[in-house]
Amino acid sequence: MKLTIKRVPTVVSNYQEDSAGDRPRGGCGRNCLGDCCLPDSKLPLYAFKASPKKPSSQEDAANNEVFVNLLLGLWEERMARGLFRYDVTACETKVIPGNVGFVAQLNEGRHLKKRPTEFRVDRVLQPFDAAKFNFTKVGQEEVLFQFENSGGDESFFVESSPISAADRAPNVVAINVSPIEYGHVLLIPRVLDRLPQRIDQESFLLALHMAAEAASPYFRLGYNSLGAFATINHLHFQAYYLTVPFPVEKAATKRIFLAEGTMNSGVKVSKLMNYPVRGLDNNVPYNFLISDCGKKIFLFPQCYAEKQALGEVSQELLDTQVNPAVWEISGHIVLKRRSDYEEASEISAWRLLAEVSLSEERFEEVKAYIFDAAGLVQSDEEEVNEDEDAAYTPVSIAPPAVAEGCLVLQ
Amino acid sequence: MEEETAASDEESRRRVASSLTSRYSDWVVESLDELQGSFLLTDPSIPGHPIVYASRGLAALTGYPPAEVLGRNARLFQGAGTDRAAVAGVRDAVRCQRPHQTPILNYRRDGAAHWVLLHLAPVFHAADGAVLHFLAVQVPIPPPPPPARCRVARPTVVVFAPCREEARVEEELSCPCASHAGEVFVDVDKRGLDAEEPRVASEHEKEKALSTANSIFSALNRYSKLTGLVVCGKRCDSVGIPALSSSLNLSLGRIKQSFVLTDPHLPDMPIIYASDAFLSLTGYSREEILGCNCKFLNGPGTSAEVLEEINQHICSEQACTVHLLNYRKDRSSFRDLLHISPIRNASGKVAFHVWVHLDEGAKHDFNGLTPEVWQLGAVGAVRVAVRSLSASGSLLRPSQ
Repeated sequence: MKLTIKRVPTVVSNYQEDSAGDRPRGGCGRNCLGDCCLPDSKLPLYAFKASPKKPSSQEDAANNEVFVNLLLGLWEERMARGLFRYDVTACETKVIPGNVGFVAQLNEGRHLKKRPTEFRVDRVLQPFDAAKFNFTKVGQEEVLFQFENSGGDESFFVESSPISAADRAPNVVAINVSPIEYGHVLLIPRVLDRLPQRIDQESFLLALHMAAEAASPYFRLGYNSLGAFATINHLHFQAYYLTVPFPVEKAATKRIFLAEGTMNSGVKVSKLMNYPVRGLDNNVPYNFLISDCGKKIFLFPQCYAEKQALGEVSQELLDTQVNPAVWEISGHIVLKRRSDYEEASEISAWRLLAEVSLSEERFEEVKAYIFDAAGLVQSDEEEVNEDEDAAYTPVSIAPPAVAEGCLVLQ
Repeated sequence: MEEETAASDEESRRRVASSLTSRYSDWVVESLDELQGSFLLTDPSIPGHPIVYASRGLAALTGYPPAEVLGRNARLFQGAGTDRAAVAGVRDAVRCQRPHQTPILNYRRDGAAHWVLLHLAPVFHAADGAVLHFLAVQVPIPPPPPPARCRVARPTVVVFAPCREEARVEEELSCPCASHAGEVFVDVDKRGLDAEEPRVASEHEKEKALSTANSIFSALNRYSKLTGLVVCGKRCDSVGIPALSSSLNLSLGRIKQSFVLTDPHLPDMPIIYASDAFLSLTGYSREEILGCNCKFLNGPGTSAEVLEEINQHICSEQACTVHLLNYRKDRSSFRDLLHISPIRNASGKVAFHVWVHLDEGAKHDFNGLTPEVWQLGAVGAVRVAVRSLSASGSLLRPSQ
């Protein structure tokens, strides 16, 4: 049996609503990110340093300033050009009183105007479908810059650069026209290669590089797998600034000690304690959050969509139309109805997230899967360490009162 | 120096003597002595809220040498004809720690009554907003030109020469500052006369009072470098200008561009934050411009049409970028690439406007960005800071 849910897809690009018709070759006339236009275009380029240093150095502080200024300046410029569907700074937001510090936002416009679409939620990996919307259809004005490895010790920015070597598709950073917060962007690895939403080592490292360049604990990257509320099956990460700590970043963790032999990876694995979502996969939908400049990764296997497809989610929760994707799970919750916003409490937020989490049992199973794959994980981490000079640890998290799991890589 | 009338106890005398020097430096008194004008400083933390500094100009105006007033409460200048409502207004301003200007009938040492414009201002510790001192400037208000008509006398108040002690208005709360601003040209013979109509201070006197107060603030700050103390006269919610929280000040302090924030909800849209780069660009000090409208940058050749364009954009809550001729404190002009944008708080309402200034003539390194995008980077950073801190309820310093 095929499990599906119906939901309103988020409009991340102004070109998304166009019917994905055929494009004439040799330049479609829309300056898009496809084969027809991109290779002959020039775009700004941010080249990141190949080996980030310790983030405490002064140089990095200065660098942080450059990256932040660049990203926010270009984003603001797109705002001035009216490329966004709404002014996110006009959306009310607040920290919900309580110990956890959930952040709620009222966003009545984000999901309007779209008809619900059917999404398959029982397959975390699905092949790329060129007929559906993907980022090659996005107009170049939505792109802020190319994001490439400088190959050296310095990062730099150039206003206009030819698309990098023909043998490699460029990584691009584009705006999300339905931003969740100010500065909300999408990192699309090798856009022309049309990769499906499936994480691989190279793209994961790319995301870590971006977190390291930003060098700010308030710049986070997130990832939603298919079945965990990714709506576009074209490989991408999301990122934005919010200078408030996320609840998940503050949650207690319990170290999971690794067997000898896997200890040298420099990765620490912990489990989230006292947090509604247990925090990996063999076809278990998941989200992850890259936090603390790339030094900490939270991995959340989840089952909300599955429950939803099976009719196990209460109508009350469904009515809120809240999609518990990576940001929600991390504690930044976008609400669509004023009444939900006004009445938002720590208890209601907790209840929603608890619904997302795997059961303790299932979490242990998933954890076992992941640890099985440890050989692979471990080699990943070693590379990460080398590059990021950061301790990496999958930390898995199990909330006691609730039934699900999360894994945190630190 | 302290007189026998001052608090008799040794501790108080010591505190009066060190009230300024302990916070600024030993030279601060000399520096204040060089300033023109009649003014005094009081210390509300010492019992009786005594005068801790009196200027030479004050001695000239009132007949009191400094040694006779130090350690005493400033009400010593009041007398029988002093309007109680004016005294209540002063007392209230002291209690609420806000600046206050009022014409008041004061008395000289020889008992002569004279009208002064009293300008009272709290001196705030810029870092934590605590009141360190009050300053009181007295500017004599000259009599109006000889009237052709007859004056209607107000209820009679008889003033005796030695009346000061007896007739002084009692001060429930430690009301400092009444002041005395007699001058040679003020009628010495008011004494014994019935009270005249209250005088009204002209713009000239008001400006004179303000400029004296400003020069006092500058002197205080000049002599506090060693102690690291920064004081200011306007930065406090009690003044009607919101005091930004230390977290917001910290976040804004990291932004390198030259910018100010103004509050559109206050009369005349005063500046409530100025970045270090803005101060270096314009040559003003923070305390000189906080609370002021941005128009002090304008001068000859500043385009009125562009100013109007800015106003229209502000009214319609729209961002705009303009080119404008503006002036530094030293009156040198610069071509200003100015971007103005409304900044919303966490409720989505416009809380401030950000004004990002860029001297088009100066060489800048924008890290590869165009000047415009570089400017917009500051706008973005201000938005993030204001929105995030506003969401957690820490935009403004909690009011006392």
